[in-house]
Amino acid sequence: MATEPKWMDAEETSALAILLEPLKRQVQVLQDYSYLAARAIASLFSPPLYVNDLLQQMDIIGIGSLPIVLLTGAFIGAVMVLQTASQFERFGETALTGDIVSLALVRELGPAITGLLVAGRNASGMASELGSMLVTEQVDAMRAMGTDPDRKLVAPRLLATMCVLPLLTAMADFVGLTGGFIVSYFTLRIGAVEFWTRALNALEFSDLMQGMAKPVIFAFLLATIGCYKGLTVRGGTQGVGRATTQAVVASSVAILVSDFFLTKLALFLAGKSL
Amino acid sequence: MNAASSEPVISFEDVHLGFGDGDVLRGLSFRLLPRETKVLVGETGSGKTLILKLAAGLLKPIAGHVRVLGRDLGPMTEAQLLPFRREIGFVFQESALFDSMTVGDNVAYRLTEEGVEPSETDARVLEALTFVEMEHAVDKLPDELSGGMRRRVSIARALVSRPPIVLYDSPTAGLDPITSQTIITLILRLRDTQGVTSLLATHRLQDAFALANYGFDPAQNRVMKASLPELASRNGQPSTNFLFLREGKVYFEGGQQAVLESPDAYLRKFLV
Repeated sequence: MATEPKWMDAEETSALAILLEPLKRQVQVLQDYSYLAARAIASLFSPPLYVNDLLQQMDIIGIGSLPIVLLTGAFIGAVMVLQTASQFERFGETALTGDIVSLALVRELGPAITGLLVAGRNASGMASELGSMLVTEQVDAMRAMGTDPDRKLVAPRLLATMCVLPLLTAMADFVGLTGGFIVSYFTLRIGAVEFWTRALNALEFSDLMQGMAKPVIFAFLLATIGCYKGLTVRGGTQGVGRATTQAVVASSVAILVSDFFLTKLALFLAGKSL
Repeated sequence: MNAASSEPVISFEDVHLGFGDGDVLRGLSFRLLPRETKVLVGETGSGKTLILKLAAGLLKPIAGHVRVLGRDLGPMTEAQLLPFRREIGFVFQESALFDSMTVGDNVAYRLTEEGVEPSETDARVLEALTFVEMEHAVDKLPDELSGGMRRRVSIARALVSRPPIVLYDSPTAGLDPITSQTIITLILRLRDTQGVTSLLATHRLQDAFALANYGFDPAQNRVMKASLPELASRNGQPSTNFLFLREGKVYFEGGQQAVLESPDAYLRKFLV
């Protein structure tokens, strides 16, 4: 075979390589991830769609995550009231509690906390399940039998997460407000009519749009990152453990970083940008 | 045998493949004829599994050509390869059964994907599982089976769509001698009753010799010494051939007799 032309001496090559190698690896990872995500999206728009797998994933992600999402949502709403009430009391404006809990939950905390919880539970689950399938050659077996793993494994997980995360977020928002109301009632003596009227009146259509659009993006990120980490496992079972951890960390960071930019965009579109 | 049927089913031409640390395969060439069984023998890491994955189009060579059933797999896209792979049965080293599915669903997988009628699927799954004597395990999960049983189910899964080619990746690795013998008997039956072309990777030469020395006689429904000419040879050529790999190339290719008579030290290492 022809040898590569030598264009740089060994010392220079190694110094350059040391500097460029990590960057090249990251670019390669980004490229592979984008390619996987694009293939998964494309496979949603052409047959076959694995409906049984989709429903199974919706059950695992949606119903499976419901208890922790509801429990966490209720306590987030409750603790928000505890934290804000003491501040509002100083100005005699405790009636604003409903407004602030409602806005914070619907715009920000509901989507972010639900996204992080589902990332912790399901991005890790996807990475470990697909990673285990990869190291035990089940993914190769699938390809050998004429099935596209992106279509069979990634697409149902992606679509299921994008369908159920907004619903989970809506439920988290509601139980968060309920938790906030309960604490307001017992600590600040705010009545139900006052709390719920203020909580609902504080919300505009743009707030609901923001609160429901964010989970769709978060779902896309956590599902694709979880699947990507699973399908790129190296190093056997130890590699599966590493991929699981990386999936949680990467998807959580991606959710929090994207949240900032999504909030900025949503406020700009609503004409509330600073 | 007519001229068309003597065209190779699988051919490798100067195939190179590597993963960063240098090439594992360095100019590998061989041909596999219809109904032939070729046994790939080599040390661990010699590239036996890679050859099987190349033949199934799961990997692509960095140079050279892999042709299967007359088609060059190199330029084919994954979308073109997916339906093409249905012509090939693949028995993986660790069985690679889908652990969340029952044995029946594992064996039915390919038929379900192809949209075969459920009643026909059930009949063919039962036929395949009966062939490997695992029909009693149809509702079990792979976790509930022993290693040898999983290997038998894996063979059933490979043969259920009646592919003309079956690739076996170390089918007896890690099994006790009696279970290994059962697996080899199944491979013999598949070869001699259904006429499949087989490529088999192993580092156990005794398995390969069993394939060369024995045949399955469908008339008597039993394994017998391959003194029968129709079992022992094809057009005067042995139907089971050996391909020894060394340093990414074909080191030796020939029938059992040639292997046994060779004075070569590398070959003799496998005979001990």
